[in-house]
Amino acid sequence: MGSKLLVKGGRLIDPKNGRDGRFDLLIDGNRVAAVDTAIEAEAEVFDAAGMLVVPGLIDMHVHLREPGREDEETIESGCRAAVKGGFTSIACMPNTSPVNDDASVTQYIIEEAGRVGLANVFPIAAITKGLAGEELSEMGALVSAGAVAFSDDGRCVDRASLMRRALEYSKIWNSVVVSHAEEGSLAAGGQMNEGFFSTSIGLKGIPAAAEEIIVARDCLLAELTGARLHVAHVSTPGSLAIIKAAKERGARVTCEVTPHHLTLSDDMLAGYDTNFKVNPPLRSSEEVSALRELVSDASIVDCLASDHAPHAAHEKEMEFAYAPCGMIGLETTLGVVNTDLVGKGVLDLNRAIELLAVGPARVLGLDRGSLGRGDIADVVIIDAESEVEVDPFSSESKSRNTPYGGRRLKGRVHAVLINGNLVVDDGAFIREEAEVSR
Amino acid sequence: MAQLQSKDLLGITDLTREEIELILDTADSFKEISERPIKKVPTLRGRTIVNLFCEPSTRTRTSFEIAAKRLSADAVNISVTASAIAKGESLRDTAKTLQAMATDLVVIRHSVSGAAKLLADVMDCPVVNAGDGAHEHPTQALLDLYTMRERFDSLDGLKVAIVGDIAHSRVARSNILALGKMGAEVTLVGPPTLMPAEIEKLGAQVCHRLDDVLSEADVVYVLRIQLERQKESLYPSIREYATLYGLNTRRRQAMKKGSIILHPGPMNRGVEISSDVADAPDSLITDQVTSGVAVRMAVLYLLIGGGSDG
Repeated sequence: MGSKLLVKGGRLIDPKNGRDGRFDLLIDGNRVAAVDTAIEAEAEVFDAAGMLVVPGLIDMHVHLREPGREDEETIESGCRAAVKGGFTSIACMPNTSPVNDDASVTQYIIEEAGRVGLANVFPIAAITKGLAGEELSEMGALVSAGAVAFSDDGRCVDRASLMRRALEYSKIWNSVVVSHAEEGSLAAGGQMNEGFFSTSIGLKGIPAAAEEIIVARDCLLAELTGARLHVAHVSTPGSLAIIKAAKERGARVTCEVTPHHLTLSDDMLAGYDTNFKVNPPLRSSEEVSALRELVSDASIVDCLASDHAPHAAHEKEMEFAYAPCGMIGLETTLGVVNTDLVGKGVLDLNRAIELLAVGPARVLGLDRGSLGRGDIADVVIIDAESEVEVDPFSSESKSRNTPYGGRRLKGRVHAVLINGNLVVDDGAFIREEAEVSR
Repeated sequence: MAQLQSKDLLGITDLTREEIELILDTADSFKEISERPIKKVPTLRGRTIVNLFCEPSTRTRTSFEIAAKRLSADAVNISVTASAIAKGESLRDTAKTLQAMATDLVVIRHSVSGAAKLLADVMDCPVVNAGDGAHEHPTQALLDLYTMRERFDSLDGLKVAIVGDIAHSRVARSNILALGKMGAEVTLVGPPTLMPAEIEKLGAQVCHRLDDVLSEADVVYVLRIQLERQKESLYPSIREYATLYGLNTRRRQAMKKGSIILHPGPMNRGVEISSDVADAPDSLITDQVTSGVAVRMAVLYLLIGGGSDG
């Protein structure tokens, strides 16, 4: 491959640098060498006419399942799904087996991701040893090994005193502590959102207050400690109101919302399809509408994240109460955001890219998510008008648990550059084209 | 022949008023069979009906078994505890196994809401929901309607009070839906801790004081209270529950003239219903059991009795 690549004729959207328009992008090695309206250079030319050229998307909430459940996802399959979905960087949650509460696990993930050589993988390590909510993990060793944040995702840190210590201790490295906000006694046994539909289909409900109580608690602890808090998968407008108030008081709080909480609602569980079972649960259509109103507000919501959670088919095909929570999302997030949020006027494209690239880079402290001169050349080129039908069986993920199967989504990932290397072109992995006989 | 639209009977939700009336009318013609010395007709001879009970039940299982046998079907009972299912074969695989054995109809009882639908989605043969979690128990509601219809000319405008643990009750849900479709007015009575969210939207009023509804109700339908719910602080003690919501003699005397008392069984005598009220002449609790066999015969017949194949 030539060392210089000139991406010509596309619509560049680079919210961090305030660019949105027809710009050429010259990439030299792994960096952006120039951005201008018309660049002439000795370089291989990539024709992006009619396409969107955006910073590589960053998903800060992904479950890769390796080590431990390689039947559901591996670092390799997860990276392939990410790149196919336009994500050049992902942060993976520590609820693996063994748990990523030890530097050796963090190192393993980074080394394996390096061997795979696709997406940039940033491990998020456990707040507490074994995710048990009892003792802090060795944050120092984990940071040294490459952990970018801390989370007990999937479990709430029940004890406020321990969450306080985690926040305080994380200040040594200015790390961010990610809250899975779920008050255990209110959510106990819950299968879905509490409301009319949980009543009519007879499943135990989880009230919005179960999330909001912990969001409020953790915002107060962030203020008390002056530490950095990130609230994962916010699912209620009430949580966003609490976060907004905390931000206005100067607390160092950020948050993410998932595409499914912005596009799906609890009435969709009427047929007991376990692909719609997720934690936090899909909320009422009224709450979803309110969440959609708020997501465009840059003073409230920092990122969109998929909470990509692969599960084996035989486990998802159980009786509803026995099936695990979670849905895959790496390959559908861009299409869902483009079709159901941008297409419906909830977000404009600039704000969408801000939420999918700039925000997560800022929260995790990554020098990515923008395409100014000198920036790392993680680039996604999107055919925004092209429609793709979601086929769970052609997914790069090893799991099939998507609620969007059969949906036609607008926006196809045409090409992906990671650290300046073209890894996907015309929607297909380059490496495979070279190894057709594989 | 008039018949049901759906392959299965999973809930009252899926039935129209006409279908409910068809089931009740059909039950009328079957009720007499149980009064004969030789209680058997050849209607379903050669048909295999599996009663798959994944939750303990004596009366519903027995009722379905007797209904099948009085129609000459071969009834096979399978009892599995939920924990055994969780450890062993999945419900989906059980369904495929029963399908491969050429079962003609499966009756399922399961502790998890939606289990009957899961089975019905996998199987080609009809599935009858004999109670799934806190979702539905359609044949219970149908036999309750049948019992009410025997006493009252019409269910239209009938005032029914359902008393007790509405939150965890599939019987309440199916009855709210069924009574609503038949034009009856339903009031739910119980403490707020046992009322599920937004239950009014299902078509019922909510009242927290039993004494306020007694003089108006044509039917007082008493639900069984699970004694272990007290540990979840859903009510402070059995004594207080019995005091606030138990149907006792004093309350029975406050009931409207000509009104009746129903209970789906099994009863906690002395808790939700006092012993003398349970045995009073206006308590039709044993009539419900009798209706149950006739209604289940009707359901089995309507689902698999119509075809001339085989």
